[in-house]
Amino acid sequence: MPSRALSRALSRALVRLLWFGVCLFGVATHPAASHGQAGIYEVDLTGRLAAENRWFPQTALFQGQGSHASGFVAEPNLYLEDEAGRILNVTPWFRYDSADDRRTHYDLREAYLLLSGAAGNGEWELRLGVDRVFWGVVESRHLVDIVNQIDLVEHPDEKTRMGQPMAYVTWSSDWGVVELLGMSWHRKRTFPGSDGRLRASVVVDNDLAEYESSSGKWHPDFAARYSHTLGLLDFGASVFDGTAREPAFGLCFDCGPQGVPSNSTGPPGSPGPPVPVLYPIYHQIRQYGLDAQWTTGSLLLKLEAIRRSGARNLAGVEETFNAFVLGGEYTFFSLWNTDADLTLFAEWDRDERGRRATNFYENDLFAALRLMLNDVQGTEMTVSVLHDLDKRQSIYGLELARRLSDAFSLDLGAVAITNIERDDLYYDLRQDGFVQLGINYHF
Amino acid sequence: MVLRNKKGQESVREVRVKVLEAEDDGNKSLFVFDEPRDARGTALLIHGHKDRADDQWLYLPALKRVKRISSSNRSGSFMGSEFTYEDMTVQEVEKYTYRYLRDEPCGDGLDCVVTERIPVEKGSVYRRQLVWRDKSALRVWKVEYYDRKDAHLKTLTIGEYRQYLDRFWRAGSMAMVNHLTGKSTDLVWTDYRFGTDIDDRDFTRTGLRRVR
Repeated sequence: MPSRALSRALSRALVRLLWFGVCLFGVATHPAASHGQAGIYEVDLTGRLAAENRWFPQTALFQGQGSHASGFVAEPNLYLEDEAGRILNVTPWFRYDSADDRRTHYDLREAYLLLSGAAGNGEWELRLGVDRVFWGVVESRHLVDIVNQIDLVEHPDEKTRMGQPMAYVTWSSDWGVVELLGMSWHRKRTFPGSDGRLRASVVVDNDLAEYESSSGKWHPDFAARYSHTLGLLDFGASVFDGTAREPAFGLCFDCGPQGVPSNSTGPPGSPGPPVPVLYPIYHQIRQYGLDAQWTTGSLLLKLEAIRRSGARNLAGVEETFNAFVLGGEYTFFSLWNTDADLTLFAEWDRDERGRRATNFYENDLFAALRLMLNDVQGTEMTVSVLHDLDKRQSIYGLELARRLSDAFSLDLGAVAITNIERDDLYYDLRQDGFVQLGINYHF
Repeated sequence: MVLRNKKGQESVREVRVKVLEAEDDGNKSLFVFDEPRDARGTALLIHGHKDRADDQWLYLPALKRVKRISSSNRSGSFMGSEFTYEDMTVQEVEKYTYRYLRDEPCGDGLDCVVTERIPVEKGSVYRRQLVWRDKSALRVWKVEYYDRKDAHLKTLTIGEYRQYLDRFWRAGSMAMVNHLTGKSTDLVWTDYRFGTDIDDRDFTRTGLRRVR
């Protein structure tokens, strides 16, 4: 299978990068390189193993899809620090999914060398390798956050991110924080395979992915951000220029492996109906981002806004657009004189493209309620709704987390999708509400 | 930190704390959680202020997210323990008004002063606290906490003091008993280190992403 070949190539490359990092660290910590003051100061192997199950109570719409998937996740972390404070952090990641071979996947979430030091009355920091960077303040979606690709098969909430190779410099002082990133080796967004739920009627084939840039995934991408804290206000302004993280799609009929037309659907000699497949197209985009939070007492007011150009809208036409999330959260601490805290969230998600938007958030209201018991088990429960203000459709979410012992914890999650209209982008997911249960072992 | 419920069942929390004392403003402190393991790597950065509410940032390692959080959670339980955030942060002189009550022996038969202190901030869970402090080195040996209704809520007993660098007295044990719930928490402090090369850089938003 070509995807297997690609995976093998990718894994070889990842392993090479990993070795490169380890060698770099070895050189950096070699006595000759640091005038004898070297030596590993701290070695730490930790991580998480999880067993997970997903149930889809509603009947599947497409052939091959099942109603249950089980699997596991392994996420070990190796941390090395030398006496000079140089750090090597490596976090490989693997998921096995019984139902969908595309959800069975692996990634290098982190593999970076971290150096830092004083600069004037501030500091500098350099990260070389694969890392994840989070920018943003709101809860309903991660709008400004653009450095890392979304690992979509993990969860449809689009909040899980993949590792991204980068050189990442941070320089901070009294005047704020400046971050500069140079990236290459674009990561493709993950999509469910034909046997997976939460997919469109037409399957996305990542092997057919196209890039606008002639240098493909090797195109150098750049990002920068300035952020600062002024009293109660935390804000950041960012810019990204390079390969889009969100793809546009092309439709292709009878594109077999490697784009070669095939007649695999019918008996030899009798061509069957043409088989459609979607292929992702990654354009060159520029995105300006703004994020701000005003923290006053128990109330947090938040804003995230972007302006993106170069991307295609739902009609496949290039359109420069603005989108924002405006909202806040309010916490009732020590609710009714117990240890529990209750937080209310309300956010308005707007994408000015409206029905031409390539996501769910064209004009939506997000409301959520989070209860943290602050008990020994760290029990935490969140219920949320994302309601479309132009249509009747809503997505409901439930998350529950509870510690079972020092090493074990439990996650329960549920997503319900209601009243999706026939012409909506997410119509194919109307039967794909699910319940998931995971048990984590932390070592 | 050993948490004990009414039935005596225990669970353990491990936290590393770094504190940078400042003359002109409040202290800066950094809490890094080691146990329980699902919270490992979570860190809380506090920039204390003498004249206004503290600034607090929480680092969530799973998302690599630094989040500015409300500092109004002073009454909240620190990691499910009987200590609140208010109890855990450094007690600045300016945050209370004081009244001398009496002389009375405390600790291990030491000559002590009992003082009543009333939090200046209205957001405090406490109406007042009684503090037992010895006269020779001004070490706190006992604190009684009274809630807003003036009910005796908790008692903190401090002991195993040791002097570091011939100057600084630091406690080895703090036992907090909640009289209303019957729950208690033993806070055991080990491995105090002074004069290390920590500086402002260890207490920045960007530094928070590097904690281990």
